[in-house]
Amino acid sequence: MSEARDAIFTRVRGGIPRSDDAAARRAVAERLAGHTRGLQPQRIAIDQEALVDLFAENAQAVDATVSFINSAGDLPDAIADYLRSRNMPAQAAIAPHPDLDGIDWSASTMEVHRRAPKADDRIGINRCFAAVAETGTLVMASGPDSPATMNFLPETHIAVVAASEIIGSYEDMWDRLRSANRGSGEALPRTVNMITGTSRTGDIEQTLQTGVHGPKALHIVVVKEG
Amino acid sequence: MTVHHLTSRNFKEKSTAALEDAVLQGNLLKLKDNFLARRTKAKESLPEFDDLRDAAVVIKKHTIAHLDLYLEAFEASVNASGGHVHWARDDTEARAIVLNICKQENAKTVTKGKTMVGEEIAINPFLEAHGMTPIETDLGEYIIQLAKEPPSHIIAPAIHKNRQQVADLFNEHHPHLEPRDADDVDGMLADARIVLREQFLKADVGITGANFLIAETGQTVIVTNEGNGDLTQLLPRVHIALAGIEKVVPTLEDTMTIMRVLARSATGQEMSSYTTFSAGGRRKGDLDGPEAFHVVLLDNGRSKLLGSPTEDILRCIRCGCCLNACPVYGKIGGHAYGSTYSGPVGAVLTPSLAGLSEAHHLPNASSLCGRCEEVCPMRIPIPKMLRHFREEEVASGMAPASARRGIALWAWFASRPGLYRTMTSLTTGVLSLFGRKRGRFSSLPMAGAWTATRDLASPQGKSFQSQWARRSKS
Repeated sequence: MSEARDAIFTRVRGGIPRSDDAAARRAVAERLAGHTRGLQPQRIAIDQEALVDLFAENAQAVDATVSFINSAGDLPDAIADYLRSRNMPAQAAIAPHPDLDGIDWSASTMEVHRRAPKADDRIGINRCFAAVAETGTLVMASGPDSPATMNFLPETHIAVVAASEIIGSYEDMWDRLRSANRGSGEALPRTVNMITGTSRTGDIEQTLQTGVHGPKALHIVVVKEG
Repeated sequence: MTVHHLTSRNFKEKSTAALEDAVLQGNLLKLKDNFLARRTKAKESLPEFDDLRDAAVVIKKHTIAHLDLYLEAFEASVNASGGHVHWARDDTEARAIVLNICKQENAKTVTKGKTMVGEEIAINPFLEAHGMTPIETDLGEYIIQLAKEPPSHIIAPAIHKNRQQVADLFNEHHPHLEPRDADDVDGMLADARIVLREQFLKADVGITGANFLIAETGQTVIVTNEGNGDLTQLLPRVHIALAGIEKVVPTLEDTMTIMRVLARSATGQEMSSYTTFSAGGRRKGDLDGPEAFHVVLLDNGRSKLLGSPTEDILRCIRCGCCLNACPVYGKIGGHAYGSTYSGPVGAVLTPSLAGLSEAHHLPNASSLCGRCEEVCPMRIPIPKMLRHFREEEVASGMAPASARRGIALWAWFASRPGLYRTMTSLTTGVLSLFGRKRGRFSSLPMAGAWTATRDLASPQGKSFQSQWARRSKS
């Protein structure tokens, strides 16, 4: 252990009045293991259908676009339609996620490349882990089937989430993520991205501008079944 | 904390110059209508906002009372997820740690997400002196890096620049791109995207700050809007996160409670665009992410605040809300403070970390109106701390001689009630006699420092004490 580390700990301990060290250690261990939730906002105390609406409303309020499809099989056409409406090419990098692999892309006009995005990919398609209704926030969990760069490099980010994955609060999401154990032996994925709207800045005269370094457009496709 | 880049001693000259800077005044005027108005709106649309503030305070108080144990837990969690923790007592040690990691990587280009600790330890000039090229990638930080200036606001570092100045800087530094008009903000944004994208892709090391360090999971958290922080930490081979030791929180649940007040207080957003939790390096099968993950934990004077009258400032989450609410910051901007942290939080942090003798003007740059404490999501009693420093300033003889003589004179009268009453009613009488007609004085002998920049209201009627005496009788 380094000299600096020891010196910092000595100073920190010197500044904290503590009579019972064992009790303090117990309190900290309990806190870390307890995952006790704080106050949950009332706005999410609604049924699942209303949560889906709240999610869409909140996401749209921060410049995301949201479309609904009935089943995963409709995804290629839905994305192709979206891209056409924006005058964008029907070419995209797509996360090598089993849910996306199971879809027949060849039947649509979409040309998808199953890999992490490259610098010149204009469109990236990724699969969400969940979505939080409270603030219209997408949750992306990194791993071999979900490269985190997909959420930032392409200028249009298309995110796919199932309606059943839309949950009320951030805490609901952490509970799901802990039990999903997606990190192959680790408790949590290496990177968890919570995404609320498009890339934005107010750095030039406090004027809100969208699309600085990250995606200029965020399109969310909600799959109603499955 | 070493103080080589502190210029807080020149506060009076710098604040006077700021008041005469027309561009700065124009930019500062917008603070109220933007950040602060949006914060009010966000607060109104979340009925639980004030209760969440209380809960956030409780979390941070608990953490600070167990800071050593949570730091131990955080370190163990980082190690368990394959990351590395480094400890720095001061800025010199922190710079050496960063340089050492960069050297091992043979780094040439080092991209940077926004980090106030990076400013605190002045990492950029240090890396430059060692032959590396640090590139700020947050748009505001990039603008001021081109201008060779420090940030003037915690979350809006280039708030002192107007669009013409940004266009001039871009035109000077982007000769290969088409020149931009001041009104072509979209064009400037597009240019920054092109220029910085190239840097993201070639960077060897990425340095970010951290809004939170989570003891439970060993994650560092960044909260951003542009996406630059994520490209900074995802694309290079190595990610270094710089953080003060007070940034640790116990669990993910605790983090989310504080998160609910952070963006709302800072920009008035419900959530910032990108909130990212990172732990360790790239894992087996991952298609991207850094190979190595380092966290540099900086003390730099923070530990000595524990148990001190300014301990509560360790709760600060750097939202910048107190700057937006402060009437003094709103007139002079951030640079006048001469320190990394400006505004009310800077007026407490700077003397706390660097020593009062380096920054004794700052706690005086306040009318103690209390707006900072009123809006602070962590309910930090900033005015109380400013008063503490003022008392210390007088006690240690740092206050200017004229102020000390004035207070001594007042104290002499105040401890002689009869004489005090006579003198105050006399003064009140004279002032109200001469000032009654206009209601105010635009100049007054012995009060020139006051009347040089504003009028002094003339007393109306009798003194408080004589009114009190009269009303008590009736």
